[in-house]
Amino acid sequence: MDLMEYQAKELFAAHEVPVLPGSVAETAEQARRTAETIGGQVVVKAQVKTGGRGKAGGVKLAEDPAEAGAKAEAILGMDIKGHTVHRVLVTQASDIAEEYYVSFLLDRTNRTFLAMASVEGGVEIEQLAVERPEALARIPIDPLAGVDAAKAAEIAEAAGFGPDVRDQVVGVLQQLWTVFTAEDATLVEVNPLVKTPDGRVVALDGKVSLDENAGYRHEDHARFEDSAAADPLEARAKEKDLNYVKLSGEVGIIGNGAGLVMSTLDVVAYAGEELGVKPANFLDIGGGASAEVMANGLEIILSDAEVTSVFVNVFGGITACDAVANGIVHAFELLKSRGDEVTKPLVVRLDGNNAEEGRRILQEFAATAPPGTLEQVDTMDGAARRAAELAAGK
Amino acid sequence: MAIFLDQNSKVIVQGITGAEGTKHTQRMLRSGTNVVGGVNARKAGQELDFTEFAPDAVLSVFGSVSEAMEKTGASVSVVFVPPKFTKEAVNEAVDAGIELLVVITEGIPVHDTAQFWAYAQDAAAKRGNTTRIVGPNCPGVISPGQSNAGIIPADITGGGPIGLVSKSGTLTYQMMYELRDIGFSTCVGIGGDPVIGTTHIDALEAFEADPDTRGIVMIGEIGGDAEERAAAYIKEHVTKPVVGYVAGFTAPEGKTMGHAGAIVSGSSGTALAKKEALEAAGVRVGKTPSETARLMREVFQGG
Repeated sequence: MDLMEYQAKELFAAHEVPVLPGSVAETAEQARRTAETIGGQVVVKAQVKTGGRGKAGGVKLAEDPAEAGAKAEAILGMDIKGHTVHRVLVTQASDIAEEYYVSFLLDRTNRTFLAMASVEGGVEIEQLAVERPEALARIPIDPLAGVDAAKAAEIAEAAGFGPDVRDQVVGVLQQLWTVFTAEDATLVEVNPLVKTPDGRVVALDGKVSLDENAGYRHEDHARFEDSAAADPLEARAKEKDLNYVKLSGEVGIIGNGAGLVMSTLDVVAYAGEELGVKPANFLDIGGGASAEVMANGLEIILSDAEVTSVFVNVFGGITACDAVANGIVHAFELLKSRGDEVTKPLVVRLDGNNAEEGRRILQEFAATAPPGTLEQVDTMDGAARRAAELAAGK
Repeated sequence: MAIFLDQNSKVIVQGITGAEGTKHTQRMLRSGTNVVGGVNARKAGQELDFTEFAPDAVLSVFGSVSEAMEKTGASVSVVFVPPKFTKEAVNEAVDAGIELLVVITEGIPVHDTAQFWAYAQDAAAKRGNTTRIVGPNCPGVISPGQSNAGIIPADITGGGPIGLVSKSGTLTYQMMYELRDIGFSTCVGIGGDPVIGTTHIDALEAFEADPDTRGIVMIGEIGGDAEERAAAYIKEHVTKPVVGYVAGFTAPEGKTMGHAGAIVSGSSGTALAKKEALEAAGVRVGKTPSETARLMREVFQGG
């Protein structure tokens, strides 16, 4: 889960990483009052999970509370790269003497953690890494040893921090490492970390990604979920514990296993190229594929107004296909009893364990199901094509 | 022959008394795997009756992995303990010096995985404990007809000359099914987490060295750069024919697609980059799972 800047800074503050006073606001009036409390110049910053906010006009300086309110008014509701701004962070403005970059992240390739630091912050770090790799220090961190004062000093040394800020940076690095480990983060990034004209080192921006697998030991992280920005179908799927990602397309997809479902989307996309249709979603109902999960999944997909056909792609492994077929039959019945009778066509492909019995059960059921709502195709490629044709109205 | 696991492998189950552990111990026994015991410190001393699934399968629950190894001669452990306890379970097995450790558990915090991986590296460097970790969040390893350590359905296919390594469970089953008439030496599900033990490269290296493996199917998916690195490895070190498949061409940037590790970040981890890297290494990459199976079939039938 990627956090917004104000959330990242909340975690920074909790672990004593120096940040400037500020507070999040959802209305112009709140922004004005926050500016009043802070006093003096403030910066009003759009809170969206994308870069390039400044260029898009989402970061503005304000001289007084009235101007802060006006700037917030202008920024709230703005669209930045497809993200609507629902909140702004109002924070004390600061002059900048120098800009740095520091981060800790998961290094998948080397199966360890990595510290990155540079005294040339404030720029796109990916660009710096490509154009001037020597300016970006990369120090592997042993997950067992972590970052103590000596390791932090090694990072600061490698990046070339001057003696005037060295001790402060060493402190900040250790505090950020605490954020990284104590909060189960996969990324903690400060860009820029700045030196103010009076010599203080402060995190001016912040980016944090949290590991959702560690949610069970961080119940407080639930507060970071942005339910306002979430797609309504994704939000409903989440309530039902479904592994669902909304895309934009006409062919609804249900399958078992993350790899198979990803593959199903691809195969439908190929089949749909000429027909002008695309997969509408990712939905992995897992190995179990019970009737209830199937019904919940179908309900979500069928309520997607864009969807005009559904492809159910199941490989019977641990769960046999006859059980999956019964699950589909029960799902039709469950939906009917909920007043959501299936009216869009389903194409089902069952293969693997007990496929023949599964197909027989569905064939029998298709005779009594609402006409045109259930077809079977025995191969994945063929079924994808059929689902795409039905979605395109052919 | 096979890789990692064969008919002589003696297998224990960490978390044998849990629901998943019990269910899959039954399935492993039924498929002929030599499961010889289980581990649960709180239930040590219990005897579990699995004779319904294999003759004489009355299994002891031991208090520790090292005790289980000592009493049974086990060299393989399959881990079904919940995410909260997995790191300790892995560290314990590494300390005991188990040869192969298959971690089925899904949902382990990545900090825990990074820590147990570092712990295993440290144990190897300092104490010579060379545990091979497969997973986490994986379906396990099967050498069809010989042994099955994990949750891969055992009845899809029999033994044969194809080696398979995959990040995805169901795509593994699908591929085993499509090529069931040819058969497999070993199928290794390496798992879909961002940090895993055994990689595509480790399996490729073992398949290359295994005389009974004559062709290799490699299945990847979006996220990370494991497939790109495997491609470079194939180019340098693999002489056997390799056929590839990559899932997730239509995955949007920044969204986790079911597996914790399956995410395109910015421009990195895309399916297209992986496919191109594999093709540049001379690997034929199927557009769909069925086409991939067809390409492998051509290797054996001369197409």
